[in-house]
Amino acid sequence: MNIHEYQAKELLEKFGVATTRGKVASTADEAEAIARELGDVDLATGRVRPNVGLVVKAQIHAGGRGKGTFKDGFKGGVQVVKSPENVREVADKMLGQTLVTHQTGAAGRVVHKVLVGESAEIAREIYFAILLDRAIAAPLIVASTEGGVEIETVAAKSPDKIIREPIDPLAGLQPFQTRKLAKQLGFEQSQTKAATKLFDGLYRTFIGCDCSMVEINPLVVTKKNEVLALDAKFNFDDNALYRHPEIAAMRDVAEEDPREVEASKHGLNYIGLDGNIACLVNGAGLAMATMDIIKFYGGSPANFLDVGGGATEEQVTEAFKILIADKNVKAILVNIFGGIMKVDVIAQGIINAAKTVKLSVPVVVRLEGTNVEKGKQLLKKSGVELIPADDLADAAQKAVAAANPKNQKPNPK
Amino acid sequence: MSVLVDKNTRLLVQGITGSAGAFHTRQCIEYGTNVVAGVTPGKGGQMFDDKIPVFDTVWEAKQKTNCNVSMIFVPAAFAADSILEAVDADLDLVVCITEGIPVMDMMRVKAQTRGKRTRLIGPNCPGIITPGACKIGIMPGYIHKEGKVGVISRSGTLTYEAVWQLTSRGYGQSTCIGIGGDPIGGLSHLDAVKLFDDDKNTDAMILIGEIGGSAEEEAAAWIKANCKKPVAAFIAGMTAPPGRRMGHAGAIVSGGKGTAAGKIEALKAAGIAVAETPATIADTLIARLKNN
Repeated sequence: MNIHEYQAKELLEKFGVATTRGKVASTADEAEAIARELGDVDLATGRVRPNVGLVVKAQIHAGGRGKGTFKDGFKGGVQVVKSPENVREVADKMLGQTLVTHQTGAAGRVVHKVLVGESAEIAREIYFAILLDRAIAAPLIVASTEGGVEIETVAAKSPDKIIREPIDPLAGLQPFQTRKLAKQLGFEQSQTKAATKLFDGLYRTFIGCDCSMVEINPLVVTKKNEVLALDAKFNFDDNALYRHPEIAAMRDVAEEDPREVEASKHGLNYIGLDGNIACLVNGAGLAMATMDIIKFYGGSPANFLDVGGGATEEQVTEAFKILIADKNVKAILVNIFGGIMKVDVIAQGIINAAKTVKLSVPVVVRLEGTNVEKGKQLLKKSGVELIPADDLADAAQKAVAAANPKNQKPNPK
Repeated sequence: MSVLVDKNTRLLVQGITGSAGAFHTRQCIEYGTNVVAGVTPGKGGQMFDDKIPVFDTVWEAKQKTNCNVSMIFVPAAFAADSILEAVDADLDLVVCITEGIPVMDMMRVKAQTRGKRTRLIGPNCPGIITPGACKIGIMPGYIHKEGKVGVISRSGTLTYEAVWQLTSRGYGQSTCIGIGGDPIGGLSHLDAVKLFDDDKNTDAMILIGEIGGSAEEEAAAWIKANCKKPVAAFIAGMTAPPGRRMGHAGAIVSGGKGTAAGKIEALKAAGIAVAETPATIADTLIARLKNN
């Protein structure tokens, strides 16, 4: 699950992590009011005092906002401006408009909120992240004096500039570790207290929100000698969301693939891709492997879909509706190895789906496992038009052929 | 012979009175597993299906029945505590089937159980089976056959696929271990490989991995240096988009790490025969056996 920049900022503030001042606005009026509250405005002239700027940032889940263009031609989803009136004008141009960036695709995303804040004058940029490292089964701090750029680039070019500090999962981050990090990251003595407080707050955010990663890039030292988290990226552990209803409530379904939103309503594990062969599989490993074998025989998977170990007939029916609704889909491959999930349940789900939605594309079905004969008989008796397959390789080849009727013989890559 | 579980295993089921726990306990008994006790806090004193005593605590179950292995079906929010309880009772092995345990809970379990002798399989796994002797988990029993191939996997149904391919071609299995798809778990690929390497009744191994982490690479490095038995492998997730969690909490390519291509390369470099598709896992091993 992703969250907006303003939500990340709210979470950090809750745990006492210093960030630039600012608030989120849904209207141009609100945006102007926030700009006035931010203070450093010369009341006599209505201008922002020298060395302080205001920034208006469009709130969407995609990167590249600053270089993005709105569909009406207005350029830049991040704007540095001079006065509260300017904030109002810019917010008015952004709100309700569609912003296209290199990450949104051509469709772009509608901006419903803007973040209005002070623009920090940066003296130095640092990279600082806390992640759950599976190899050591513990939190790990990864930091670098090379902030503001992708950490992968730093890791490739100058690996010696990356600091790694593992944290004991039971004892937590120790004060000496924060002091050591401050020293290693080149903070001056006058900044150490602010830096260690920020590191400690970030660790408490990481633990308190059940994150798998919190990345601050950049963490900055301003010309006023402040130490601030300027931008934050959060990854949450989905398994732990049940104990953080306030974070679960931050989900913005308008930012997600509608196919995935629909699937999650029915408890289905679905990830949309851009191919034309839809898959319906039980089990995550087998679902991935099914995508792989489609690709191997020259096809292209339209999705990952794991109906899980205990799917019901209704879930299978809903899954079919989602697959059929995808206009790119030219064939569907059902691959079920019944374990906990009985094959006849899946078969009944397919039959029900065929009754409620028109199966407008060929459906290749491969069934194996618990109650397989019962399942096959159900399908046969139902009269639903399906292409049966003997095994996984046969199923994949038939699906690829069905999706590309002109290409009689699918070519292995 | 086999690894970890056999005819002598005395199984305890934590969460035996829940719907999944009850269903799979019956399936295990039907397969021939010796289930000696159940634990559900607050239901101690009851009998499960009129034959298996239910206790409030694992401590008591151990005292009264001398159970040595536990299978956990406790809901995710309480499962970490159940694992710790089983370790505290000094059982030989804990098999945690439960899916969806918060990763931080598992991180603490791992830290708290360091140095303890109890082994953990899972969580979020299908379990472990020694065909013809003992089934602990949710896998369909009938697809297995007694034999000499050890199977190690992070996935459930993909393991069934490989096992079924083996059985259909007349190759039985010594033991099949589903180690689970979570980022932090108990037994690793490498731990399982070492167990099979030491097992006199295992002649060959199948190792099934997927994107995320580096457990497959670690196993490959050890196999290259130490293992004489033929090994075939398959890695799922060639086509998985980076940054997306593919069902399993641990199945994610992040920061360019944990890709299928990288793992396949490491396995091949270790002399392991890697199946090109999931349909040829058994055939890849059989070809390797015939070449030897």
